[in-house]
Parts: sequence; C-alpha cells; structure tokens
Amino acid sequence: MLAALTLVSGVLAVTTRQIFRAAIFLLFSLIGIAGLYFWMQYDFIAAVQIVVYVGGITVLIIFSIFLTQQAGELLPKQKIGRQIFSALAVFCGFALTMLQLFQHSFKPTTGQPVLPIVANIGDRMLGVAEDGFALPFEVVSMLLLAALIGCIVIALRSKPATS
Amino acid sequence: MMEPGLNHILVISAALFFIGVFGFFTRRNLVTMLMSIELVLNSVNLNFIAFNKYVWPNKMDGLFFAIFVIAIAAAEAAVAIAIIINLYRSHHSIDVENAEEMKF
Repeated sequence: MLAALTLVSGVLAVTTRQIFRAAIFLLFSLIGIAGLYFWMQYDFIAAVQIVVYVGGITVLIIFSIFLTQQAGELLPKQKIGRQIFSALAVFCGFALTMLQLFQHSFKPTTGQPVLPIVANIGDRMLGVAEDGFALPFEVVSMLLLAALIGCIVIALRSKPATS
Repeated sequence: MMEPGLNHILVISAALFFIGVFGFFTRRNLVTMLMSIELVLNSVNLNFIAFNKYVWPNKMDGLFFAIFVIAIAAAEAAVAIAIIINLYRSHHSIDVENAEEMKF
C-alpha cells in the first residue's frame, strides 16, 4: 500500500506536464518513503525524512517554481523519440537489476541486534571509539556551512548586474 | 501473502531509482530534473535502511549513511536552487537548452 503510493506518485511526478502538480506528487512520494521507514521501525530516520524532505526541500522547490515559472503554464512536450529511448534504457536497467537481485541471496548476520532508538544513535554519532561517527559528523557540518555560505554568495553576486 | 522482506524493499527502491532516472532523461526543466534527483537519492536511502535492518542489524552504519545522505542532499538542493534562480534572473528561462553558457 505504501509502496503503491510511493511508486504511483513518483511516476506521476516525473510524467505530469504541470510543474506544480509534479511538486505535489513528489511530496506524496516522499511521505510514502517516510511511511516505509516507520514500517521498518526506524522512527528517527522517518522523522528526519519528514522534517528535511517533506518540510524543507519540497517547500524550497515550490518556492523556486513560484519564482521562476508562471503557475498553470504547461511544460513543453518532449520529443517522442527521446521518451521512447529513455523508457527503453530505464526498462533494460530495471530488468538487469531485478535479474541480479533474484539470483543473489543475502545472508543476515547473527549478532545481537542494536535497536535504532535515539539514545543509541546519539551514542554512536558523537562517539570517537572504533564504531563512532564523530569525524563524518563534523565533516558534514562543515559541508552544510560551506553550502549555505555558497548559496548566499551565488544569490548575491548578480545583484549589481540586474539592478 | 508472504511477509514482506528485504527483496520487496529492494524492488521498490530499484523501481523508484529508475523512475528518477527516467525523469532525469526526459525532463528539460532544471527544477523538475532536481526533483528527479531527489527521487534517486531517496531510493538510495531506502536501500541503506533496508540493508541495515535485514542484513546487518547488529551495526548502525546504514542508518548513519542515510542520515549523511539526507544532509548532503539538503545542501545540494539549496545550492542547485540558488544557481537556478540566478540563471533565471539572467536568462529568464530554466531550460537546459538555454543554459549552454554555463559550460565555460
């Protein structure tokens, strides 16, 4: 059910010709993925997914649609040859992946499972032991800071040219 | 009806990945291409979480990779939208055919 929601709205998001509807279908697809995370009992990831993707990136995309597009305007129709070729390539890739997937059998480990609760996640994320993730955490924070500063620089640079 | 397991999740995420790739091939608008990339990144996250749950439940590496991928995707979307809006200001269009001057 959740998978059907995710896949159908994903297909509609890449095929509808009204760009605003595409953004709304993308929103439903992301909510479906968050529901799959809830179903796998990874509550923290589901919450992060809803906050960052559904709350952040979709709103950012909708704002950029409003800033760059006349709402209600249809996207131009693509060449049918290109669409057929893309569908063929994508179908071949999907078939190849499925073939590999059903020929392979995964063997689960038998170790003691670690519950994905927030306390365990926090311990691991800021741990400096062998299985800690303190260094990637810091690197990702620096990357986010650099990306934000880069956005401001890119957005400010064309001000004298336009005004 | 059998219990859904790892293979079902992998089928879902592969389908989502190729939906995103199809959108990336066919769309010619920068914002919709960005949306296709988001679909692809989400399918990768779904794969990480599924492998973490069903194959290595005694470690949490997949979960942390998913968190880092989400953070990097947020940064990437912000930078891409800044570039798109800047391009729209100078060209009044966000089709990729009109953005050829960005190659230099």
